Amino acid sequence: MSLDTVLFYVLAALVLGSAIMTITRRNVVHAAVWLISALVGVAGLFLSRGAEFLAGVQVIVYIGGIMVLFLFVIMLVPVHDESTQRRFSNQKWPATLAAVALFLWVAFIAVNGVGMLDHPGMAEPLGPGSLSENSEAVGLVLFSQYLLPFELASILLLVAIIGAIVMSKTRNRETES
Amino acid sequence: MLEVTTSHYVVLSTLLMLIGVIGILIRRNILVLLMSVELILNAVNINLVAFSAALQQVHGQVFSIFVITVAAAEAAVGLGILIALFRNKQTVHADEIDLLRW
Repeated sequence: MSLDTVLFYVLAALVLGSAIMTITRRNVVHAAVWLISALVGVAGLFLSRGAEFLAGVQVIVYIGGIMVLFLFVIMLVPVHDESTQRRFSNQKWPATLAAVALFLWVAFIAVNGVGMLDHPGMAEPLGPGSLSENSEAVGLVLFSQYLLPFELASILLLVAIIGAIVMSKTRNRETES
Repeated sequence: MLEVTTSHYVVLSTLLMLIGVIGILIRRNILVLLMSVELILNAVNINLVAFSAALQQVHGQVFSIFVITVAAAEAAVGLGILIALFRNKQTVHADEIDLLRW
């Protein structure tokens, strides 16, 4: 068993276990911390597939940005009465069944379709020679071929910033100004 | 079976998507619902990176960057909506917000 294989199974167990803990914890703060653990695992999977730049982006943007935002919002809404509340909605069993059916369907399609990618030579992770070139390669493609989507993404982020401010603005401040 | 192939990553990402979908469907707390959306988007990213490595092209990784961008925008707007919703309804439970239900 190679190191790559061991790493994959350890990270897969970390990601899936943390994801299950995320959706089952009663305390929202615990769920957020388990989600951070899952995101770290996903960053490790990116590393094992030779996507170093994306692993860095995952840690900085997801864990440093999005999860801190989540924790801030958890601070703003009260969660102390969560222990007396029902965790799951009434539809949990039919919903789980439907989700498992969806999973089986998607897994059927995926496992059938992905066989064409699995012949030897194609599933090799990027070699050590490409380690230093990953950021460079991503940057070259991002700023040449995907320049327009990149600029559109900046507009999307601007819209999201304005939207978030408008949504969370208080009514009092609105009448004051 | 010992060698890690693209199929392994596809199965892993499908399982992660399953967990995210279950989380969205069964939980009542909207914060956990938004976290489940992040899980599903991460499942997409795992797929994109695995295919990117299999095809030896960086296009999949560039797409992942866009997915992460959209996830950041989605989290910001979603949490803003959640704050506005909590201010008006005093609840963070999805099944207690039934203004549109007849």
